[in-house]
Amino acid sequence: MSIEVKNLTHIYNMNTSFEKIALEKVSVSIKKKEFVGIIGHTGSGKSTFINMLNGLIEPSHGQILVNGIDIHGENVNKKEIRQKVGLVFQYPEYQLFEISVFKDVCYGPSNLGLSQQEIEKRATDALNAVGLKQELWEKSPFELSGGQKRRVAIAGVLAMQPEILILDEPTAGLDPKGRDELFSQLRHMHKELGLTIILVSHSMEDVARNVEHLIVLHGGRLVYDATPREIYKNVEHLEKIGLAPPQIKYIIRDLNKRGFNLDENILTVEEAATHILKAIREGQ
Amino acid sequence: MLRDITIGQYYPVDSKIHRLDPRTKILLTMIYIFGLFMLDTFWGYGAVILYLLMVINESKVPLRFMLKGLRGIVFILFFTAALNIFFTGGEIILAQFWIITITLEGVILAIEVGLRLILLIIGSSILTLTTSPIRLTDGIESLLNPFKKIGVPAHEIAMMMSIALRFIPILLEETDKIMKAQMARGADFESGNVVQRAKAMVPIMVPLFISAFRRAEDLAMAMEARCYRGGEGRTRMNALKYQASDKIAFIIGIIFIGICIIL
Amino acid sequence: MVEALNLIYEYQTADEDGEIESVVRALDGLTVSVEEGEFLVVLGHNGSGKSTFAKHINGILTPKEGTLIVDSVNLDNEENIWKVRQHVGMVFQNPDNQIVATIVEEDVAFGPENLGVDPVEIRKRVDNALNLVEMSEYKKQSPNQLSGGQKQRIAIAGIIAMQPKCIIFDEATAMLDPIGRKQVMDTMYKLNKEHNITIIHITHYMEEAILADRIIVVDKGKIYLEGTPKQVFANVDEIKKIGLDVPDATYLVYLLNKEGLNLDNSLLSAEEVVNALCQLK
Repeated sequence: MSIEVKNLTHIYNMNTSFEKIALEKVSVSIKKKEFVGIIGHTGSGKSTFINMLNGLIEPSHGQILVNGIDIHGENVNKKEIRQKVGLVFQYPEYQLFEISVFKDVCYGPSNLGLSQQEIEKRATDALNAVGLKQELWEKSPFELSGGQKRRVAIAGVLAMQPEILILDEPTAGLDPKGRDELFSQLRHMHKELGLTIILVSHSMEDVARNVEHLIVLHGGRLVYDATPREIYKNVEHLEKIGLAPPQIKYIIRDLNKRGFNLDENILTVEEAATHILKAIREGQ
Repeated sequence: MLRDITIGQYYPVDSKIHRLDPRTKILLTMIYIFGLFMLDTFWGYGAVILYLLMVINESKVPLRFMLKGLRGIVFILFFTAALNIFFTGGEIILAQFWIITITLEGVILAIEVGLRLILLIIGSSILTLTTSPIRLTDGIESLLNPFKKIGVPAHEIAMMMSIALRFIPILLEETDKIMKAQMARGADFESGNVVQRAKAMVPIMVPLFISAFRRAEDLAMAMEARCYRGGEGRTRMNALKYQASDKIAFIIGIIFIGICIIL
Repeated sequence: MVEALNLIYEYQTADEDGEIESVVRALDGLTVSVEEGEFLVVLGHNGSGKSTFAKHINGILTPKEGTLIVDSVNLDNEENIWKVRQHVGMVFQNPDNQIVATIVEEDVAFGPENLGVDPVEIRKRVDNALNLVEMSEYKKQSPNQLSGGQKQRIAIAGIIAMQPKCIIFDEATAMLDPIGRKQVMDTMYKLNKEHNITIIHITHYMEEAILADRIIVVDKGKIYLEGTPKQVFANVDEIKKIGLDVPDATYLVYLLNKEGLNLDNSLLSAEEVVNALCQLK
């Protein structure tokens, strides 16, 4: 399932004195089965953007085509769009309400008018996909740890069997271990379930390690639309718009200034170590 | 959608009315409401409207802004007016069809009650528009203080009100967020009969309650960490103090409302 | 400032019938001492006990066993707890759930009002505190219109107005975006360096620990590592084992040394690493 965004503009409180431009002429295209990152700090328009992809906010101008269909057009079934484009909000554990984990995950599919058997099958698949142990399924979601609750909430959206999964800051508040586990689960889902995943984040490190296509928003405008490697070469400009690239990019930049000749595409510390070793050994 | 409500809102400008002691304003509003129900002549209403316009002018709150607040009660206004027009008996019959009789008395009563309601809403909204919530609660606390002896928890009531004022917007925003999250899971709040709609609210109410309790717990902890131990031994940064202008406002207000009633 | 000796804290989880299912030991003989004027960072993953420890310091939680002396006062009775709270403030995780009043300056005044400070003096303290956290221009506003980082700075101002000797930040940066986190961290350094206030910062972000005077890494309710940032982050294997991060610079040195280089393993900043590597070439 592909997404084509054309000239998307959104103005809050249009025609009042509180008018505020949230998005301005944003055009991007997201291919089927891509793992995409959207990055930008608070107020960059990223939340507005993803709410629109799911049909929750009507854009002021512009179009969003999901598989060629304008989702804000007339005669479009919003419910169907929301089923196909799954949206996991920030701190999604706050939406849990059922008496057991399993029942909560069933809530989404039960809204689709499916048979009980199908509902339970979907819930089972979704809980397996997020890697939640079966012994927790009958527990109350409120007894679980923060990281586990979050997985349940993600499973709740997965059980809708969307083709595109959008996650807004899925690791907010998690510690590094919880964060790494969640990301590896997402990569797994991307590969195994063939999902298109759109990850919203303000951590440059997190997206560097996970996505293949990165969209950078700043002040409602599209600033970059390329691979992370390509974008992270612009250390100075990224810093200027309030996004700090990973520390390793600074090390590479400064080493190159002082006579090293390292590849500017390096993203991870591991890659950097290999290249630096090679450079030092050749130098000697 | 939830932000359109203007009743109970504060309009932050600096005016003579804004600067009055909240207690003065609360008491005058109470006298005003009492006066409103004593009115029964044309001149009386005229004088009250004049009085109200003068106060509004002095408060520097645009009249337009106040009238906007009436939008919320349009339905009630029409409903009461209709009741009065259709169901008041009288001598002078204006129109008659089927089983409904419209009398002159009914029409007059409808206008009178409608006018009273509008004056009531506008008059009391001046209080909230010109008094910040925190000053309002301070005023209520201070006015209730004499009743502490008979067991009225004045400080606690004021504290509860002020916390409610702080958290209502937060919880409204949260409701909006939870609704969106459940809509993303296919929830439908717009179609179905009453029972179905009520059932559809469960996935919103449960998370909302849990969140409210968590917030309450957090807040209690934060307040205790800042040495809050109830009203005993507390001081206030902006302690209430009657000024000369309060006395003047009091005298003018009482005289005016007195005149209105006599007329 | 803080002397914690062998603290033990347990809580119980109950099953559906209210029967005790298991007892979790959140603090397991924790011994910590914090000097006056120190900037201490307590690092640990979620559930390590770091936040439980923070809540003991001003008596929100009381230990099952062990002694806790804060500001020369033993926290073993209620009156002493209130005494300590006057001098040891706490900033919590959720910015919204710790602001009481509907106007910024009224909230800052809340603490001193509780202490029964004279109104004229409160006014002075509130203005000073807001100035210090650079939020004076917002003093008449509603907290609802502020960003997360700004709300946390209001919370900090509310504590400064109580003239504390020590402020505990209980995961106060966890819910903020990078800009908000930086604002709060900058305020912390300012309070510590310019106003000599002891800071205890609880976090799981290693970036926030680099500039600390001392780091304590907590795991399973006990001290796991302790020392200056250089000393602590040199233990890359140990830190990664309990699921925490190390700075890129330190990790790079670790990887290079594994391959046979011989760099100083306590390097933390990009600059230090670049200098060391340039000497090798």
